Amino acid sequence: MDLITQLLVAAISSGTPLLFATLGGILIERSGVMQLGAEGLMLMGAVIACTTYIHTGSLGWTLLAVLVVGGALGLLHSFLTVTLRANQVVSGLAMTLFGSGLSAYLGKSITGTPIPGSVPKIDLNFLDGIPIIGDMFAHLDILTWFSLILVILAHLFIHRTSWGLHLRAIGDNPATADVMGIPVQIFRYGYIIIGSMLIGLAGADLLLVYSPTWIEGMTAGRGWIAVALIIFARWNPLRALFCAYFFGAMDTIGFKIQLIGSAIPSYFLKMIPYIITILVLMYLGWRNRNKPSGSPEALGAPYIREQRF
Amino acid sequence: MRETFSLEMKQIVKQFGSVIANDHVDFNCKPGEVHALLGENGAGKSTIMCMLSGVYRPTSGEIYIHGEKVKIRSPKDATKLGVGMVFQNFRLVQTLTAAENIVLGEKSSFWRGPRWMKNKTEEIDSIAKRFGLAFPVDRPIWQLSVGEQQRVEIVKTLYRGAEFIILDEPTSVLTPGEADQLFLTLEQMKSEGKTVILTTHKMKEVMAAADRISVMRKGRMIHTIDKSDTNEKDLARLMVGSDIAPVEIQGRTRPRGELLLNVENLDVYAEHGRKALNNLNLKVYKGEIVGVAGVAGNGQSELAEVLNGLCTWKKGKITFNGVEIKTASVRGAIEAGISHVPENRMKSGLAGSLGVVDNLLFKSYRSEHRSKYGFLKIKSNREWSQKLVEQFDVKTPGIDAPVRQLSGGNQQKLLFAREIDRKPELMVAVHPTQGLDVGATAGVHQLLNGLRDEGKSVLLISEDLEEVMQLSDRILIIYNGSIVGEMRQEEANRERIGLYMAGIREKEEEAV
Repeated sequence: MDLITQLLVAAISSGTPLLFATLGGILIERSGVMQLGAEGLMLMGAVIACTTYIHTGSLGWTLLAVLVVGGALGLLHSFLTVTLRANQVVSGLAMTLFGSGLSAYLGKSITGTPIPGSVPKIDLNFLDGIPIIGDMFAHLDILTWFSLILVILAHLFIHRTSWGLHLRAIGDNPATADVMGIPVQIFRYGYIIIGSMLIGLAGADLLLVYSPTWIEGMTAGRGWIAVALIIFARWNPLRALFCAYFFGAMDTIGFKIQLIGSAIPSYFLKMIPYIITILVLMYLGWRNRNKPSGSPEALGAPYIREQRF
Repeated sequence: MRETFSLEMKQIVKQFGSVIANDHVDFNCKPGEVHALLGENGAGKSTIMCMLSGVYRPTSGEIYIHGEKVKIRSPKDATKLGVGMVFQNFRLVQTLTAAENIVLGEKSSFWRGPRWMKNKTEEIDSIAKRFGLAFPVDRPIWQLSVGEQQRVEIVKTLYRGAEFIILDEPTSVLTPGEADQLFLTLEQMKSEGKTVILTTHKMKEVMAAADRISVMRKGRMIHTIDKSDTNEKDLARLMVGSDIAPVEIQGRTRPRGELLLNVENLDVYAEHGRKALNNLNLKVYKGEIVGVAGVAGNGQSELAEVLNGLCTWKKGKITFNGVEIKTASVRGAIEAGISHVPENRMKSGLAGSLGVVDNLLFKSYRSEHRSKYGFLKIKSNREWSQKLVEQFDVKTPGIDAPVRQLSGGNQQKLLFAREIDRKPELMVAVHPTQGLDVGATAGVHQLLNGLRDEGKSVLLISEDLEEVMQLSDRILIIYNGSIVGEMRQEEANRERIGLYMAGIREKEEEAV
């Protein structure tokens, strides 16, 4: 495999956790609620996946446990931000700190223990002969395929269904949605919970597919990258796919250069994805300076019906 | 007699904290009538209509629809009962298309492919045509004009099958021509058996469009009367609670002086690259009031912002008092002697949670009378504030009270106190009487007039045509970011200005 193919393959494997987290974040933020807790949610997803898998040995139970815990944390975030109208930034940061701390504590006894199996792969042998495509898609695991299907489903959902229209409306102008009889608060709860489940799944995917032992703080800032990706993707699932894979590839580049054997200190190489994040952010900001950012208008603002105008 | 009313509200009370917005209000409608709810700003018209549409819940009181007692707990309940409201600040999602906005509340059909949208678009189009309300159905709302947005809102209520259609201050965003068109639409609705409730504070509209009229004042229902039994003068008296003494605007005491402000070929771009001012030319002489009339959103805000250094321009030349202004700077504008009464006083005029003294200091804290070595002179500033409060007759619980607690009229007086105390050469006043009652409005008019008599100049940007025509020595009409018409006070009339405001005059003259 040449370097380009290697990068493309790596883009998928290290981009998939980012993709799950970004999709989850898009659903939450489209409903008008900020999502800064991704790092904590991903860590919780990873540690729960590891613990459950080691104890039960069943992938099904593992994924179920991850979804339940992700959903529960989402419920907490929505209770704080929707019902109590807490500051969404603070609530998000609290989720991150809480998730990091709790995952470190829960993971103490299993640190370094390898998981007892792996996620089944779907072998598409007929693709094997095709260059690049074959390398990329012939032997992907079911979670990766699920993430790809999810991108398409999310895109169709947001742009082609009545619920998607409601979602766009409550994120942009909740007062209008309310007048049209859309239950803003209930929908926000729903999207925060489902989105948080997906972010939890991102952590599980990272552990089950990408690096199969639990290490404290193993997400290494991927949750924050996902927060940035939501903005790069301008809250659009299809763009999220490309953004996540691009950053997945960047994540691997430093690693590859190290293998080639260069004199650059490894700490510098580890900085590459983050430096590129900053550069791309600057470039996109400059290029789209005259366009609407795509950001939901009401993002960050709790909705209160009787507020006087 | 109950059966003759299709809608009845009885003894409605609404409290916001300690403020009583509606005090035992009775209101009723007959089927198929246009009912005008008349009252000054702050009389409680919008509040009671918001209760009918489920946005607010009444503190106490009962609502009957077709004789049956109903509870309207949410906008959803209201829709089910056939109540639809067009809010003064439209309830539209800017990023969605007109059609998407209209079908937003629809529950049926989860999947919405292109074919579904096409069918709906046709359905919406046919409703729009029937009522004479044309707008581009497929365009996102932010690309539509304010008048078009209002039509989207009206079609939305019709599409959702509303029987009672509430229009809250519908003409405040329309040109006189568009308003006439709206009244034709109301006739059509009436002929199809809809009941229309129209809230307004403009007497002319009431007499033009309504069948019956209810007058509210200070949260109370004063009177309900058939149009045929009343006239404008009686209504005005009911609305204000006393005879209105017409504001005496004295003629100019001295001739206008030399050129003060000269704006040439100004281009300004607003957000998303929209061209807000387009080759705008404007002259203001010393000692005159220049009125700028126009429909909202034709560049008025940007014009005021440019003159006050709040936004920059792409092309053109601004000369003030003989000196060319090269860069946009708020401080520069303040020091040059330009005062600003912004359109939204609580957004960019005053800081609501700060006290009267702090708010008065905002533009003069640098002067040697107010501060020394960067420290504020607390004691003399308080005395100065106290003096200003008395001089401008600002009613406040104290000079430390947060200005949020003041009434709209007193906030505006406070703002004028700050701006006039600086002895400005030019006062840029944007919608200076918006939301004020008759007394406060007269006060503001007197202040503006006083400035002129001192040889200062006023640029009065307002959507209130009456106000512009009454106060201005010269009237300019702004349309699409350019000044398209100019006339002296004595040659101005509503019809002429209205044509310019709609951009019609310009085209006609080009055609000739």
